[in-house]
Amino acid sequence: MKPTQTVLETRDLTKIYNGTPVVDKLNLTIEEGEIFGFLGPNGAGKTTAILMILGLTEPSSGEVSVFGYNSTREPLRVKRITSYLPENVGFYEDLTAWENLFYITRLNNIPEKEAKVGIEEILSLVGLSKVKNLEVGKFSKGMKQRLGLGTVFVKKPKFAILDEPTTGIDPQGVEEILNLIIKANREENITIFLCSHLLYQVQKICSKIGIFSKGKMVALGSLDEISKKILTEKSNRLEISFDNTQDTARLVESIKKLDGVLRVEKRAEDISLEKIYTKYFQEGS
Amino acid sequence: MSGLGVVYWKELADYLGSRKFIILFLIVALTAGTIIYVINQSVSSDVSQFSGDFLFLKLFTFSAGTIPSFIFFVSFFGPLIGIIFGFDAINSERSGGTMSMVLSQPIYRDALINGKFLAGITTIAVMLISIIVIISGLEMAVFGIIPTMQELARIGIFFLVSIVYIGFWMGLGILFSILFRQTATSALISIMVWIFFSFFILMVANVIADQVAPLGNNATLELMGRNENIRNMILRVSPLILFQECTTAILNPSIRFFGISTALKSMEVIPGPLSIGQSVLVVWPQFVILIALILVCFAVSYVVFMRQEIRST
Repeated sequence: MKPTQTVLETRDLTKIYNGTPVVDKLNLTIEEGEIFGFLGPNGAGKTTAILMILGLTEPSSGEVSVFGYNSTREPLRVKRITSYLPENVGFYEDLTAWENLFYITRLNNIPEKEAKVGIEEILSLVGLSKVKNLEVGKFSKGMKQRLGLGTVFVKKPKFAILDEPTTGIDPQGVEEILNLIIKANREENITIFLCSHLLYQVQKICSKIGIFSKGKMVALGSLDEISKKILTEKSNRLEISFDNTQDTARLVESIKKLDGVLRVEKRAEDISLEKIYTKYFQEGS
Repeated sequence: MSGLGVVYWKELADYLGSRKFIILFLIVALTAGTIIYVINQSVSSDVSQFSGDFLFLKLFTFSAGTIPSFIFFVSFFGPLIGIIFGFDAINSERSGGTMSMVLSQPIYRDALINGKFLAGITTIAVMLISIIVIISGLEMAVFGIIPTMQELARIGIFFLVSIVYIGFWMGLGILFSILFRQTATSALISIMVWIFFSFFILMVANVIADQVAPLGNNATLELMGRNENIRNMILRVSPLILFQECTTAILNPSIRFFGISTALKSMEVIPGPLSIGQSVLVVWPQFVILIALILVCFAVSYVVFMRQEIRST
């Protein structure tokens, strides 16, 4: 095991707009190989924090560094190793998907041969190989989002900041994209900084979570750590599913007899749209 | 310059394949056609207009009746072309969401402005060269006039000044595209500035000159001179006037001064064409002001753009 390196470090990072602090003394450290989930309501200052990390906005005070490079003073070095997927990603609509990716590799000074191989790989990875010569103007929102993810990984970053990468994508696509992110994290050792409102996704893939509200980090740590702090309930719940041909009354009785059981409740399975949807499409496809 | 070359080639490819380019091409073809036609018509009706030195250059400055000269065409349509290439340079990237994508790559911010500007100028230069070559070629074919080296050099300088002039308007368009979020706003404001400097400045200059130095029925020559000087001073704020003075002197070697003083001073000098260096000296101040105007546009653009937030929403 190599010793892990600090990828992102902010020290009292602050941004003030018209006297109001939008990001207020943010202290955050991300280690190499982590998938960090950055949560927070709209207008919490998440995007502003990201812009400062990338050096696209100057902080009012405080410092931010990526792999030891100061984002404000050496933005080019930071941007060479960091990819950013903005919330509303846009592409040159007259260019094809391939051309858009190629432009990104050119801007990153990736040699042409290497770039061409990389682009093909990325396109098949995000599932756009068939439409690579189609103008992006004709793409759907979901396809653009996938292409956006392509632009993130095509420059072979060490650190990727993804702002709402799954908006506008169908549930099955979401699953694919999450797997893609996990794969990039495990195989390429890309540290991920993920902003999302979809808690389920964050819970599923993130190793560390930060909850951001009104410019301040209100909770930080792994899911277990946070839940230990917040949840004071003494009892744990266990859900048991069984098929409905069984004699339920008898089962309930036998569970009740076990040691330490406080309460047994019988309920029909909650019908969630997600379950139906996944089932339908997995069987249908 | 990190990224400048990449942005330049991408934008150039965009421009050359765009609708703008086709519109521009039509304008060029029409202009060249009109000018050749006019010259042809007037020469066949009255050959005496075309005699003396620098015949080849005369074809560029020649205007007949309602059809203006080539210089006027460039001074009038040049700004429009510059504005067409500049007005949506930055704000269209912003509204399309491509700006945050491009600027999160390792390039300097000014590479985006410079790359777009240089690509636009290249496109316009290609246009201008082709129109000059078309006109020259047709003239040589139709009238059999062969340009001298000096005439060629003067045409070269004329080309350079035109590029600087159109470049100024493009720079102004880019500046407005940085200042205003909506492409419609930046287009309208660019066109307003163009109209002001093309038409209204004439009225403004007249009004102010007449206020400061009113000309009565029996105005002295001195007063008339003063009135004229004030008028010219105000007019020279306009890039359009600067360009017209510049190119007129370059393409017409006998011009030594501008304004009413021309008539007065020319009584004292021996008539005859100036050498090319002397012609350049005559319009040097105008040329420098044009360059200065571009630099101001760029300086303001850089300062504003560097401080702007790059948000995708």
